[in-house]
Amino acid sequence: MSAKPKFAMYWAASCGGCEIAVLNIHEKILDVDANFEVVFWPVAMDAKYKDVEAMEDGSILLTLFNGGIRNDENEHIAKLLRQKSKILVAFGSCANEGCIPGLANFSPIKEIVDTAFSTITTVNPNNIRPQANYDMPEGQIHIPTLYPLLKTLDQVVDVDYYMPGCPPESHQIAAVIDLIIQVLQGKAELPPKGAFIGVGASTVCDDCKRTRDVKKITEFGRIQLHHADPALCLLEQGIPCNGPATRQGCGALCPTAGAQCIGCYGPAEGVVDYGARLVAAYASVIDSKDPAEIDRILDGLVDPAGQFYRFSLAGSLLRGSLTAIRSNGN
Amino acid sequence: MLNGNFEPVIIGFTCNWCSYRAADMAGTARMKYAPNVRLIRLMCSGRLDPTFIFKAFAGGADAVLISGCHPGDCHYIEQNYKALRRFHLMKRVLTQMGMEPGRLKLLWASAAEGAIFASEINKFVEEVRQLGPLNWRVPGEAVSIPTQKTQVEVAA
Repeated sequence: MSAKPKFAMYWAASCGGCEIAVLNIHEKILDVDANFEVVFWPVAMDAKYKDVEAMEDGSILLTLFNGGIRNDENEHIAKLLRQKSKILVAFGSCANEGCIPGLANFSPIKEIVDTAFSTITTVNPNNIRPQANYDMPEGQIHIPTLYPLLKTLDQVVDVDYYMPGCPPESHQIAAVIDLIIQVLQGKAELPPKGAFIGVGASTVCDDCKRTRDVKKITEFGRIQLHHADPALCLLEQGIPCNGPATRQGCGALCPTAGAQCIGCYGPAEGVVDYGARLVAAYASVIDSKDPAEIDRILDGLVDPAGQFYRFSLAGSLLRGSLTAIRSNGN
Repeated sequence: MLNGNFEPVIIGFTCNWCSYRAADMAGTARMKYAPNVRLIRLMCSGRLDPTFIFKAFAGGADAVLISGCHPGDCHYIEQNYKALRRFHLMKRVLTQMGMEPGRLKLLWASAAEGAIFASEINKFVEEVRQLGPLNWRVPGEAVSIPTQKTQVEVAA
C-alpha cells in the first residue's frame, strides 16, 4: 500500500469541462501523481461507489467536487465524499453556484422532461419517459430521481474551500495544487476554512485593460449587432458585460478577446446575490430620468434574468423561478 | 388564492428625508392605516440595494414597497432616479421569474404627504391581499441567507 495521501475527484451535474481543465495543467499532473494516490476519479480511472463506501472516514485527503446536485445519486455521493474526505473543495461554477445546469431552476421539471423527450430533436413516437424504478426479468433497476431544484454543493454538505470558474483556469488549478503539495511538505499552511482559492480579491473589471470613462447608457444592444470599440469598456458601449459583479480570477479573458464577461467566476467578494448586484450596476448607469425612456432602454436587455443569473441561479437568494418552485412543490 | 384571513407581509423601504417623514407625519397626525407594512428607514432610496428586495422575497415577504422623495426633491440630488431605474429593472427580472409585477411598488412621498402615504399603503395592502400569498420558498428547505465568505488569494 502506498503511503501517499489520497486524492479524489467527482462530477455530479456538470459537463466534464472541469476535468479537462485539471488535465490542462499539463506536466504538473505528474506532480499530482507523484504526491497523491488517486483513489476515485470516474473520468480518469475505474472505481466503484462501493470502493469509496469501504474506505475509512476521512481517509481521502483532498476531494475536488465539481457539478451541482441534480438528483439523489449526486447527493448520495456528495455526502459520501464529505464523510470520506478531510478537505472537500467545491470545484468549478456548478458546485459553487449551479452554473448552466442550474438554469433548469427557471423551469418546472415537467417542462424540462417534455423538452428533452418530446420535442423535435428527439425521436420518441411513444412518448416514453424515464422511470425511477423499472421491473426487468433480472430484477428491479433504478435510475436517479431528479430533484425539483438543482442545489449547490454547500446547500447539501459542509464545504471546506470554494474554487469557482467555468471551468477554473488551469494556471489557478496548478497554483492550488502547488500550495497543497507545499502544505504536505510543511512549507505552507492551508487557508482558513471557507476561503475562496485560486481566485483574485477583486472583480473582472480590475483585470480588464479596456478604458473606463463615464458610464452613461442610452441604449443596450447585443454584441453581435455592434461594432464595438476595442479599447473602451464594453458596458459603457451598452453591451451587457457582467464584469462589475464577477470575481477576479480569469485575467479578464473574454473582454480582452472582445467578448463581454458572462460571469462564470461567480459573485465577487462581498456580493450576496450576483443578479441583484448586476441590477444595481446596470440600472445605475442608465442615462435617463424618465420612466418611459428608461423602459425603452431596458427593452435592449432581451433576457435580464438570464443575463444576470446565467451561472448563479441555484446559488442565488431566490434559488429559482417562482413557476419552478410552485409547480415542483411537494 | 383568495383567502379572507390572509394578511400580507409587506416590507417597505423609506428614505430618511421624505418618505419616512411622511410615515412619521401619518403617525403623529394619528391617521390609521393597515399595519401590514414593516418600514425600514434608509438614508436614501438610492441606498436601496436590490439584494435587500430579493432577500425580502426569499425570506417570505408577499410584497415590497420602495419609497423616496419626489423626482427633483432628493436630498442627495438625484439618487432617487437611481432607485427609479433599479425599480424598473428589478420588476422585469422578477416578472420573468414568475412574480406578479404588482408585488413591487414605487411610491414618491414628500415629508408633507402623510395622508397620501397612508392611503397608498391601504391601497397597496388591498392589492396584495387580492394577489394572495407569495410563498417564494424552496420546498423542504429552510430559508437561509448566505453570509459573506472569507477570501484568500492563492494565485492571481
